[in-house]
Amino acid sequence: MLEIRDLHVQFRDSDHECVRGINLTVGDGEIVGLVGESGSGKTVTAMMVSGLLKSDRVITHGDIILDGCQLLSAGDETLQKIQGRDICVVFQEPMSAMNPVMRIGPQVEECLRVHTDLSKAERRERALQALRDVELNNVEEIYRKYPHELSGGMLQRVMIAAAILPNPKLLLADEPTTALDVTIQAQILELLKRLNRERGMSVLFISHNLNVVRKLCTRVAVMEKGQIVEDGATDQVFYHPQAPYTQKLIAAIPTRSKRRGE
Amino acid sequence: MLLHQKENRYLRIGIVLTAIVTLLAVVGYVWTPYDPTAMNAAAKYLPPCLSHPLGTDNFGRDILSRVMQGTGTTFFISLCTVFIGALVGVIVGALTGYFGGWIDEAIMRLNDAVTAFPSILLALVFITLLGFGKYNVILALGVAFIPSYARVIRSEFARHREMNYVKSARLMGASHGRIMFRHIMPNTLPVLLPTLVIGFNNAVLAEASMSYLGIGVKPPDVSLGYMLSESQSYMSAAPWYMLFTGMTIVLLILGVSLIGEGLQQRGG
Repeated sequence: MLEIRDLHVQFRDSDHECVRGINLTVGDGEIVGLVGESGSGKTVTAMMVSGLLKSDRVITHGDIILDGCQLLSAGDETLQKIQGRDICVVFQEPMSAMNPVMRIGPQVEECLRVHTDLSKAERRERALQALRDVELNNVEEIYRKYPHELSGGMLQRVMIAAAILPNPKLLLADEPTTALDVTIQAQILELLKRLNRERGMSVLFISHNLNVVRKLCTRVAVMEKGQIVEDGATDQVFYHPQAPYTQKLIAAIPTRSKRRGE
Repeated sequence: MLLHQKENRYLRIGIVLTAIVTLLAVVGYVWTPYDPTAMNAAAKYLPPCLSHPLGTDNFGRDILSRVMQGTGTTFFISLCTVFIGALVGVIVGALTGYFGGWIDEAIMRLNDAVTAFPSILLALVFITLLGFGKYNVILALGVAFIPSYARVIRSEFARHREMNYVKSARLMGASHGRIMFRHIMPNTLPVLLPTLVIGFNNAVLAEASMSYLGIGVKPPDVSLGYMLSESQSYMSAAPWYMLFTGMTIVLLILGVSLIGEGLQQRGG
Protein backbone atom coordinates (compact mmCIF):
# COMPACT_ATOMS: atom_id res chain seq x y z
CA MET A 1 0.00 0.00 0.00
CA LEU A 2 2.21 2.79 1.24
CA GLU A 3 5.89 2.15 1.55
CA ILE A 4 8.50 4.62 2.73
CA ARG A 5 12.04 3.49 2.04
CA ASP A 6 15.10 5.11 3.57
CA LEU A 7 13.57 8.59 3.45
CA HIS A 8 15.82 11.55 4.21
CA VAL A 9 14.47 15.08 4.30
CA GLN A 10 16.38 18.29 4.79
CA PHE A 11 15.00 21.81 4.50
CA ARG A 12 16.93 23.94 2.07
CA ASP A 13 17.44 26.71 4.59
CA SER A 14 18.63 24.45 7.40
CA ASP A 15 21.85 22.53 7.92
CA HIS A 16 20.60 19.33 9.46
CA GLU A 17 18.26 16.61 8.31
CA CYS A 18 14.90 16.52 10.09
CA VAL A 19 14.09 13.06 8.80
CA ARG A 20 17.08 10.75 8.78
CA GLY A 21 16.45 7.58 6.87
CA ILE A 22 13.13 6.12 7.94
CA ASN A 23 11.44 2.96 6.71
CA LEU A 24 7.72 2.54 7.20
CA THR A 25 4.98 0.52 5.57
CA VAL A 26 1.24 0.85 5.87
CA GLY A 27 -0.58 -2.25 4.68
CA ASP A 28 -4.04 -2.43 3.13
CA GLY A 29 -6.71 -1.65 5.70
CA GLU A 30 -4.17 -1.09 8.43
CA ILE A 31 -4.19 1.76 10.95
CA VAL A 32 -0.61 2.67 11.68
CA GLY A 33 0.28 5.13 14.41
CA LEU A 34 3.30 7.35 14.11
CA VAL A 35 4.22 8.76 17.51
CA GLY A 36 6.98 10.94 18.79
CA GLU A 37 7.52 14.25 20.52
CA SER A 38 7.24 17.63 18.81
CA GLY A 39 10.05 18.13 16.36
CA SER A 40 10.75 14.43 15.93
CA GLY A 41 9.92 14.68 12.24
CA LYS A 42 6.54 13.00 12.15
CA THR A 43 4.69 15.91 10.57
CA VAL A 44 7.44 16.39 8.01
CA THR A 45 7.10 12.73 7.09
CA ALA A 46 3.35 13.19 6.69
CA MET A 47 3.83 16.30 4.57
CA MET A 48 6.22 14.42 2.33
CA VAL A 49 3.68 11.66 1.82
CA SER A 50 0.86 14.07 1.11
CA GLY A 51 3.04 16.04 -1.29
CA LEU A 52 2.81 19.35 0.56
CA LEU A 53 6.56 19.75 0.70
CA LYS A 54 7.93 20.25 -2.77
CA SER A 55 11.49 20.03 -3.95
CA ASP A 56 11.81 23.82 -3.96
CA ARG A 57 11.82 23.76 -0.17
CA VAL A 58 13.41 20.46 0.75
CA ILE A 59 16.16 18.15 -0.38
CA THR A 60 15.03 14.55 -0.29
CA HIS A 61 16.52 11.16 -0.65
CA GLY A 62 14.82 7.77 -0.69
CA ASP A 63 11.45 6.54 -1.94
CA ILE A 64 7.80 6.94 -1.11
CA ILE A 65 5.73 4.39 -2.98
CA LEU A 66 1.95 4.33 -3.05
CA ASP A 67 0.54 1.26 -4.79
CA GLY A 68 3.59 0.94 -6.97
CA CYS A 69 3.69 4.63 -7.87
CA GLN A 70 6.80 6.59 -7.00
CA LEU A 71 5.61 9.80 -5.35
CA LEU A 72 8.93 11.61 -4.97
CA SER A 73 9.89 11.39 -8.61
CA ALA A 74 6.36 11.75 -10.02
CA GLY A 75 5.50 14.76 -12.14
CA ASP A 76 3.12 17.46 -10.99
CA GLU A 77 0.27 16.10 -13.06
CA THR A 78 0.48 12.59 -11.63
CA LEU A 79 0.76 14.04 -8.16
CA GLN A 80 -2.27 16.22 -8.60
CA LYS A 81 -4.25 13.15 -9.57
CA ILE A 82 -3.09 11.24 -6.53
CA GLN A 83 -3.50 14.06 -4.05
CA GLY A 84 -7.06 14.47 -3.04
CA ARG A 85 -8.11 11.16 -4.54
CA ASP A 86 -5.82 8.41 -3.32
CA ILE A 87 -4.36 10.29 -0.37
CA CYS A 88 -6.50 12.57 1.74
CA VAL A 89 -5.46 14.53 4.78
CA VAL A 90 -7.18 15.54 8.00
CA PHE A 91 -5.45 18.37 9.81
CA GLN A 92 -4.97 19.07 13.47
CA GLU A 93 -6.83 22.36 13.74
CA PRO A 94 -10.20 22.04 11.99
CA MET A 95 -10.96 25.74 12.38
CA SER A 96 -7.94 26.86 10.40
CA ALA A 97 -8.20 24.07 7.85
CA MET A 98 -11.52 25.39 6.61
CA ASN A 99 -11.91 28.48 4.49
CA PRO A 100 -13.72 30.94 6.79
CA VAL A 101 -15.71 32.64 4.03
CA MET A 102 -16.85 29.58 2.12
CA ARG A 103 -19.92 27.54 3.03
CA ILE A 104 -19.37 23.98 4.27
CA GLY A 105 -20.95 22.28 1.26
CA PRO A 106 -18.69 23.60 -1.49
CA GLN A 107 -15.64 22.94 0.66
CA VAL A 108 -16.58 19.32 1.20
CA GLU A 109 -17.23 18.93 -2.52
CA GLU A 110 -13.99 20.55 -3.59
CA CYS A 111 -12.17 17.33 -4.48
CA LEU A 112 -15.12 16.03 -6.46
CA ARG A 113 -15.17 19.23 -8.46
CA VAL A 114 -11.49 18.84 -9.23
CA HIS A 115 -11.30 15.11 -9.85
CA THR A 116 -14.64 14.14 -11.34
CA ASP A 117 -17.14 15.61 -13.75
CA LEU A 118 -20.22 14.94 -11.69
CA SER A 119 -23.04 17.43 -12.03
CA LYS A 120 -23.80 19.93 -9.31
CA ALA A 121 -26.73 17.93 -7.97
CA GLU A 122 -24.73 14.69 -7.89
CA ARG A 123 -21.87 16.37 -6.07
CA ARG A 124 -24.30 17.75 -3.54
CA GLU A 125 -25.86 14.35 -3.02
CA ARG A 126 -22.47 12.73 -2.49
CA ALA A 127 -21.40 15.46 -0.08
CA LEU A 128 -24.59 15.13 1.95
CA GLN A 129 -24.07 11.37 2.10
CA ALA A 130 -20.49 11.85 3.31
CA LEU A 131 -21.70 14.23 6.01
CA ARG A 132 -24.21 11.59 7.10
CA ASP A 133 -21.44 8.97 7.07
CA VAL A 134 -19.50 10.91 9.67
CA GLU A 135 -22.58 10.85 11.90
CA LEU A 136 -23.64 14.44 11.55
CA ASN A 137 -27.31 15.36 11.90
CA ASN A 138 -29.23 17.98 9.92
CA VAL A 139 -26.78 17.65 7.06
CA GLU A 140 -28.87 19.87 4.78
CA GLU A 141 -28.50 22.66 7.29
CA ILE A 142 -24.79 22.09 7.87
CA TYR A 143 -24.24 22.09 4.12
CA ARG A 144 -25.32 25.73 4.01
CA LYS A 145 -23.44 26.91 7.10
CA TYR A 146 -20.13 28.73 7.45
CA PRO A 147 -17.29 27.16 9.46
CA HIS A 148 -17.60 29.64 12.34
CA GLU A 149 -21.16 28.48 12.95
CA LEU A 150 -20.04 24.94 13.85
CA SER A 151 -18.23 23.55 16.89
CA GLY A 152 -14.71 22.13 16.73
CA GLY A 153 -15.90 18.53 16.91
CA MET A 154 -18.44 19.09 14.15
CA LEU A 155 -15.83 20.78 11.99
CA GLN A 156 -13.45 17.88 12.45
CA ARG A 157 -16.22 15.56 11.30
CA VAL A 158 -16.76 17.81 8.30
CA MET A 159 -13.04 17.63 7.55
CA ILE A 160 -13.17 13.85 7.73
CA ALA A 161 -16.24 13.84 5.49
CA ALA A 162 -14.33 15.92 2.94
CA ALA A 163 -11.37 13.55 3.21
CA ILE A 164 -13.34 10.32 2.73
CA LEU A 165 -15.54 11.67 -0.04
CA PRO A 166 -13.33 10.52 -2.94
CA ASN A 167 -12.85 7.11 -1.27
CA PRO A 168 -9.09 7.46 -0.79
CA LYS A 169 -6.81 4.49 -0.37
CA LEU A 170 -4.92 6.24 2.39
CA LEU A 171 -6.14 8.68 4.99
CA LEU A 172 -3.43 10.77 6.58
CA ALA A 173 -4.53 12.07 9.95
CA ASP A 174 -2.13 14.61 11.43
CA GLU A 175 -3.07 14.86 15.10
CA PRO A 176 -6.76 15.11 14.24
CA THR A 177 -7.92 14.95 17.85
CA THR A 178 -5.40 17.16 19.61
CA ALA A 179 -7.54 20.29 19.47
CA LEU A 180 -10.65 18.53 20.73
CA ASP A 181 -11.85 17.69 24.22
CA VAL A 182 -11.72 14.12 25.45
CA THR A 183 -15.33 13.04 24.78
CA ILE A 184 -15.30 14.37 21.24
CA GLN A 185 -11.87 12.85 20.81
CA ALA A 186 -13.22 9.41 21.66
CA GLN A 187 -16.10 9.84 19.22
CA ILE A 188 -13.77 10.86 16.40
CA LEU A 189 -11.56 7.84 17.08
CA GLU A 190 -14.55 5.53 16.95
CA LEU A 191 -15.56 7.16 13.69
CA LEU A 192 -12.11 6.63 12.16
CA LYS A 193 -12.13 3.01 13.27
CA ARG A 194 -15.54 2.43 11.75
CA LEU A 195 -14.57 4.05 8.45
CA ASN A 196 -11.43 1.95 8.35
CA ARG A 197 -13.44 -1.21 8.96
CA GLU A 198 -16.24 -0.45 6.53
CA ARG A 199 -14.25 0.95 3.67
CA GLY A 200 -10.98 -0.89 4.10
CA MET A 201 -9.23 2.46 4.04
CA SER A 202 -5.66 2.52 5.38
CA VAL A 203 -4.91 5.19 7.94
CA LEU A 204 -1.61 6.76 8.90
CA PHE A 205 -2.34 8.34 12.23
CA ILE A 206 0.12 10.87 13.57
CA SER A 207 -0.04 11.76 17.20
CA HIS A 208 1.92 12.47 20.33
CA ASN A 209 -0.85 11.07 22.45
CA LEU A 210 0.05 7.48 23.27
CA ASN A 211 -3.32 6.63 24.79
CA VAL A 212 -5.08 7.61 21.60
CA VAL A 213 -2.69 5.59 19.49
CA ARG A 214 -3.11 2.56 21.71
CA LYS A 215 -6.90 2.69 21.35
CA LEU A 216 -6.88 3.11 17.60
CA CYS A 217 -3.88 1.59 15.89
CA THR A 218 -2.95 -1.90 14.90
CA ARG A 219 0.70 -1.01 14.50
CA VAL A 220 2.86 1.73 15.97
CA ALA A 221 6.08 3.34 14.84
CA VAL A 222 7.96 5.52 17.32
CA MET A 223 10.01 8.40 16.01
CA GLU A 224 12.83 10.18 17.77
CA LYS A 225 15.01 12.86 16.26
CA GLY A 226 14.15 11.99 12.70
CA GLN A 227 14.55 8.25 13.04
CA ILE A 228 12.20 5.40 13.72
CA VAL A 229 13.45 3.78 16.89
CA GLU A 230 10.76 1.16 17.22
CA ASP A 231 8.13 -0.33 14.95
CA GLY A 232 5.77 -3.15 15.82
CA ALA A 233 2.28 -4.35 16.71
CA THR A 234 0.59 -2.03 19.20
CA ASP A 235 0.49 -4.49 22.06
CA GLN A 236 4.05 -5.55 21.44
CA VAL A 237 5.27 -1.95 21.60
CA PHE A 238 3.22 -1.03 24.64
CA TYR A 239 3.90 -4.12 26.75
CA HIS A 240 7.42 -4.97 25.67
CA PRO A 241 9.04 -1.77 24.49
CA GLN A 242 12.55 -2.42 23.21
CA ALA A 243 14.04 1.00 22.60
CA PRO A 244 14.96 3.07 25.68
CA TYR A 245 13.11 6.06 24.20
CA THR A 246 9.89 4.08 23.90
CA GLN A 247 10.29 2.85 27.46
CA LYS A 248 10.64 6.43 28.65
CA LEU A 249 7.60 7.53 26.64
CA ILE A 250 5.43 4.76 28.04
CA ALA A 251 6.63 5.41 31.56
CA ALA A 252 5.51 8.99 31.11
CA ILE A 253 1.86 8.08 30.45
CA PRO A 254 -0.09 9.22 33.49
CA THR A 255 -1.94 6.35 35.13
CA ARG A 256 -4.39 6.23 37.99
CA SER A 257 -2.04 4.53 40.39
CA LYS A 258 0.70 7.05 39.78
CA ARG A 259 -1.66 9.95 40.35
CA ARG A 260 -2.73 8.48 43.65
CA GLY A 261 0.87 8.06 44.70
CA GLU A 262 1.66 11.75 44.28
CA MET B 1 -25.75 43.47 4.71
CA LEU B 2 -23.96 46.80 4.87
CA LEU B 3 -26.77 48.44 6.77
CA HIS B 4 -27.18 45.61 9.24
CA GLN B 5 -24.64 46.92 11.72
CA LYS B 6 -26.50 48.77 14.44
CA GLU B 7 -23.70 50.64 16.10
CA ASN B 8 -21.74 51.71 13.07
CA ARG B 9 -22.50 55.40 12.90
CA TYR B 10 -19.60 56.17 10.54
CA LEU B 11 -20.90 53.79 7.95
CA ARG B 12 -24.43 55.14 8.14
CA ILE B 13 -23.56 58.82 7.94
CA GLY B 14 -21.06 58.03 5.19
CA ILE B 15 -23.65 56.18 3.14
CA VAL B 16 -26.17 59.02 3.52
CA LEU B 17 -23.67 61.72 2.48
CA THR B 18 -22.39 59.70 -0.43
CA ALA B 19 -25.93 58.89 -1.51
CA ILE B 20 -26.78 62.61 -1.67
CA VAL B 21 -23.79 63.41 -3.86
CA THR B 22 -24.30 60.29 -5.98
CA LEU B 23 -27.91 61.23 -6.53
CA LEU B 24 -26.80 64.67 -7.64
CA ALA B 25 -24.37 63.13 -10.11
CA VAL B 26 -26.76 60.50 -11.46
CA VAL B 27 -29.58 62.98 -11.94
CA GLY B 28 -27.07 65.32 -13.55
CA TYR B 29 -26.49 62.76 -16.28
CA VAL B 30 -30.10 62.80 -17.43
CA TRP B 31 -31.49 66.13 -16.33
CA THR B 32 -30.16 69.49 -15.17
CA PRO B 33 -32.28 72.58 -14.42
CA TYR B 34 -30.50 74.55 -17.14
CA ASP B 35 -28.08 73.64 -19.88
CA PRO B 36 -24.74 73.63 -18.00
CA THR B 37 -22.99 75.38 -20.88
CA ALA B 38 -25.72 77.85 -21.89
CA MET B 39 -24.53 81.41 -21.34
CA ASN B 40 -26.83 84.22 -20.36
CA ALA B 41 -25.35 87.72 -20.32
CA ALA B 42 -28.39 89.09 -18.50
CA ALA B 43 -27.90 86.76 -15.52
CA LYS B 44 -24.20 87.17 -14.65
CA TYR B 45 -23.03 86.79 -11.04
CA LEU B 46 -26.47 86.13 -9.66
CA PRO B 47 -26.36 85.16 -5.98
CA PRO B 48 -28.38 82.10 -4.96
CA CYS B 49 -32.06 82.78 -5.59
CA LEU B 50 -35.22 80.84 -6.42
CA SER B 51 -34.58 80.44 -10.15
CA HIS B 52 -30.85 79.66 -9.65
CA PRO B 53 -30.57 77.88 -6.27
CA LEU B 54 -26.77 78.06 -6.28
CA GLY B 55 -26.44 81.30 -8.27
CA THR B 56 -24.75 81.87 -11.64
CA ASP B 57 -21.16 82.41 -12.76
CA ASN B 58 -19.35 84.97 -14.88
CA PHE B 59 -21.06 83.80 -18.09
CA GLY B 60 -24.48 83.57 -16.48
CA ARG B 61 -24.37 79.76 -16.41
CA ASP B 62 -26.42 78.02 -13.74
CA ILE B 63 -24.07 76.76 -11.05
CA LEU B 64 -26.35 73.98 -9.80
CA SER B 65 -26.47 72.52 -13.30
CA ARG B 66 -22.72 72.77 -13.60
CA VAL B 67 -22.13 71.23 -10.19
CA MET B 68 -24.42 68.35 -11.11
CA GLN B 69 -22.62 67.68 -14.35
CA GLY B 70 -19.20 68.24 -12.84
CA THR B 71 -19.91 65.80 -10.03
CA GLY B 72 -20.93 63.26 -12.65
CA THR B 73 -17.66 63.66 -14.52
CA THR B 74 -15.60 63.49 -11.35
CA PHE B 75 -17.49 60.39 -10.30
CA PHE B 76 -16.99 58.74 -13.65
CA ILE B 77 -13.27 59.48 -13.73
CA SER B 78 -12.74 58.29 -10.15
CA LEU B 79 -14.69 55.08 -10.62
CA CYS B 80 -12.85 54.19 -13.80
CA THR B 81 -9.55 55.02 -12.15
CA VAL B 82 -10.31 52.75 -9.21
CA PHE B 83 -11.47 50.04 -11.59
CA ILE B 84 -8.30 50.08 -13.68
CA GLY B 85 -5.99 50.40 -10.70
CA ALA B 86 -7.75 47.74 -8.67
CA LEU B 87 -8.14 45.27 -11.53
CA VAL B 88 -4.49 45.32 -12.49
CA GLY B 89 -3.35 45.78 -8.90
CA VAL B 90 -5.32 42.80 -7.65
CA ILE B 91 -4.07 40.53 -10.41
CA VAL B 92 -0.46 41.58 -9.94
CA GLY B 93 -0.75 41.39 -6.15
CA ALA B 94 -2.42 38.00 -6.25
CA LEU B 95 0.18 36.47 -8.56
CA THR B 96 3.20 37.88 -6.75
CA GLY B 97 1.86 37.19 -3.28
CA TYR B 98 0.79 33.67 -4.10
CA PHE B 99 3.81 32.48 -6.02
CA GLY B 100 6.53 34.58 -4.38
CA GLY B 101 10.07 34.01 -5.55
CA TRP B 102 12.18 36.25 -7.72
CA ILE B 103 9.31 37.48 -9.89
CA ASP B 104 7.69 38.74 -6.72
CA GLU B 105 10.90 40.54 -5.79
CA ALA B 106 11.28 42.08 -9.22
CA ILE B 107 7.70 43.29 -9.52
CA MET B 108 7.65 44.65 -5.99
CA ARG B 109 10.82 46.67 -6.59
CA LEU B 110 9.19 48.07 -9.72
CA ASN B 111 6.21 48.84 -7.53
CA ASP B 112 8.47 50.68 -5.08
CA ALA B 113 9.88 52.71 -7.93
CA VAL B 114 6.39 53.75 -9.05
CA THR B 115 5.34 54.53 -5.49
CA ALA B 116 8.42 56.68 -4.96
CA PHE B 117 7.05 59.07 -7.59
CA PRO B 118 4.25 61.29 -6.33
CA SER B 119 1.21 60.03 -8.24
CA ILE B 120 0.36 63.54 -9.46
CA LEU B 121 3.80 63.83 -11.01
CA LEU B 122 3.46 60.46 -12.66
CA ALA B 123 0.05 61.39 -14.01
CA LEU B 124 1.54 64.64 -15.29
CA VAL B 125 4.11 62.70 -17.28
CA PHE B 126 1.34 60.58 -18.76
CA ILE B 127 -0.74 63.61 -19.70
CA THR B 128 2.25 65.21 -21.36
CA LEU B 129 2.73 62.08 -23.42
CA LEU B 130 -0.93 61.36 -24.19
CA GLY B 131 -2.53 64.80 -24.26
CA PHE B 132 -5.49 66.21 -22.32
CA GLY B 133 -8.97 64.81 -21.97
CA LYS B 134 -10.85 62.76 -19.43
CA TYR B 135 -9.93 59.35 -20.80
CA ASN B 136 -6.26 60.18 -20.57
CA VAL B 137 -6.77 61.37 -17.01
CA ILE B 138 -8.38 58.02 -16.22
CA LEU B 139 -5.53 56.10 -17.76
CA ALA B 140 -2.85 58.20 -16.07
CA LEU B 141 -4.41 58.02 -12.63
CA GLY B 142 -5.33 54.36 -13.03
CA VAL B 143 -1.73 53.40 -13.71
CA ALA B 144 -0.45 55.63 -10.94
CA PHE B 145 -2.72 53.89 -8.43
CA ILE B 146 -1.89 50.28 -9.38
CA PRO B 147 0.91 49.86 -6.81
CA SER B 148 -1.26 50.83 -3.85
CA TYR B 149 -3.65 47.96 -4.57
CA ALA B 150 -0.97 45.51 -5.60
CA ARG B 151 0.87 46.01 -2.31
CA VAL B 152 -2.17 45.43 -0.11
CA ILE B 153 -3.36 42.40 -2.04
CA ARG B 154 0.10 40.92 -2.22
CA SER B 155 0.58 40.96 1.54
CA GLU B 156 -2.85 39.39 2.04
CA PHE B 157 -2.09 36.62 -0.42
CA ALA B 158 1.32 35.98 1.08
CA ARG B 159 -0.35 35.64 4.49
CA HIS B 160 -3.13 33.34 3.34
CA ARG B 161 -0.85 31.21 1.20
CA GLU B 162 0.56 29.53 4.31
CA MET B 163 -2.79 28.90 5.94
CA ASN B 164 -4.10 25.39 6.44
CA TYR B 165 -7.24 25.84 4.43
CA VAL B 166 -5.15 26.74 1.40
CA LYS B 167 -2.95 23.73 2.02
CA SER B 168 -5.96 21.49 2.28
CA ALA B 169 -7.43 22.91 -0.91
CA ARG B 170 -4.12 22.20 -2.60
CA LEU B 171 -4.15 18.68 -1.19
CA MET B 172 -7.58 18.15 -2.67
CA GLY B 173 -5.96 18.90 -5.98
CA ALA B 174 -7.42 22.35 -6.64
CA SER B 175 -5.55 24.31 -9.30
CA HIS B 176 -3.57 27.45 -8.52
CA GLY B 177 -6.06 29.69 -10.25
CA ARG B 178 -8.91 28.17 -8.33
CA ILE B 179 -7.10 28.52 -5.02
CA MET B 180 -6.19 32.11 -5.75
CA PHE B 181 -9.52 33.42 -6.91
CA ARG B 182 -12.07 31.09 -5.37
CA HIS B 183 -10.43 30.38 -2.02
CA ILE B 184 -8.15 33.27 -1.09
CA MET B 185 -9.76 36.17 -2.91
CA PRO B 186 -12.97 36.32 -0.83
CA ASN B 187 -10.82 36.29 2.30
CA THR B 188 -9.07 39.48 1.23
CA LEU B 189 -12.32 41.45 0.93
CA PRO B 190 -12.21 42.93 4.45
CA VAL B 191 -8.91 44.53 3.47
CA LEU B 192 -9.69 45.17 -0.18
CA LEU B 193 -12.97 47.03 0.36
CA PRO B 194 -11.58 49.84 2.55
CA THR B 195 -8.64 50.12 0.17
CA LEU B 196 -11.01 50.56 -2.77
CA VAL B 197 -12.92 53.24 -0.87
CA ILE B 198 -9.78 55.13 0.09
CA GLY B 199 -8.55 54.70 -3.47
CA PHE B 200 -11.76 56.29 -4.75
CA ASN B 201 -11.18 59.29 -2.49
CA ASN B 202 -7.62 59.64 -3.63
CA ALA B 203 -8.81 59.51 -7.21
CA VAL B 204 -11.36 62.27 -6.58
CA LEU B 205 -8.68 64.46 -5.04
CA ALA B 206 -6.12 63.65 -7.72
CA GLU B 207 -8.60 64.42 -10.49
CA ALA B 208 -9.54 67.67 -8.77
CA SER B 209 -5.92 68.72 -8.42
CA MET B 210 -5.12 67.79 -12.00
CA SER B 211 -8.07 69.69 -13.41
CA TYR B 212 -7.29 72.57 -11.09
CA LEU B 213 -3.77 72.68 -12.48
CA GLY B 214 -5.22 72.70 -15.98
CA ILE B 215 -3.98 69.24 -16.98
CA GLY B 216 -7.25 67.43 -16.44
CA VAL B 217 -10.54 67.54 -18.32
CA LYS B 218 -11.01 70.11 -21.03
CA PRO B 219 -14.19 72.05 -21.97
CA PRO B 220 -16.97 71.30 -22.78
CA ASP B 221 -16.42 68.57 -20.15
CA VAL B 222 -16.63 70.02 -16.71
CA SER B 223 -15.41 68.47 -13.47
CA LEU B 224 -15.37 69.71 -9.91
CA GLY B 225 -11.65 70.44 -10.00
CA TYR B 226 -12.00 72.33 -13.25
CA MET B 227 -14.81 74.42 -11.82
CA LEU B 228 -12.78 75.17 -8.75
CA SER B 229 -9.96 76.61 -10.82
CA GLU B 230 -12.50 78.58 -12.87
CA SER B 231 -14.23 80.01 -9.83
CA GLN B 232 -10.98 81.22 -8.34
CA SER B 233 -10.87 84.22 -10.65
CA TYR B 234 -14.31 85.37 -9.53
CA MET B 235 -13.84 84.80 -5.86
CA SER B 236 -14.93 88.31 -4.89
CA ALA B 237 -17.63 88.75 -7.55
CA ALA B 238 -19.26 85.32 -7.11
CA PRO B 239 -17.96 83.63 -3.94
CA TRP B 240 -20.86 81.15 -4.01
CA TYR B 241 -19.41 79.50 -7.13
CA MET B 242 -16.26 78.50 -5.32
CA LEU B 243 -18.13 77.76 -2.11
CA PHE B 244 -20.65 75.34 -3.57
CA THR B 245 -18.12 73.56 -5.78
CA GLY B 246 -15.75 73.15 -2.88
CA MET B 247 -18.52 71.98 -0.62
CA THR B 248 -19.54 69.25 -3.06
CA ILE B 249 -15.99 67.93 -3.10
CA VAL B 250 -15.86 68.05 0.69
CA LEU B 251 -19.18 66.23 1.01
CA LEU B 252 -18.11 63.52 -1.41
CA ILE B 253 -14.74 62.99 0.25
CA LEU B 254 -16.19 63.09 3.74
CA GLY B 255 -18.97 60.64 2.88
CA VAL B 256 -16.66 58.16 1.20
CA SER B 257 -14.05 58.45 3.97
CA LEU B 258 -16.69 57.68 6.57
CA ILE B 259 -17.74 54.62 4.60
CA GLY B 260 -14.11 53.55 4.47
CA GLU B 261 -13.72 54.10 8.20
CA GLY B 262 -16.93 52.21 8.89
CA LEU B 263 -15.86 49.28 6.71
CA GLN B 264 -12.52 49.12 8.44
CA GLN B 265 -14.19 49.00 11.83
CA ARG B 266 -16.46 46.25 10.65
CA GLY B 267 -13.56 44.32 9.23
CA GLY B 268 -11.91 44.63 12.67
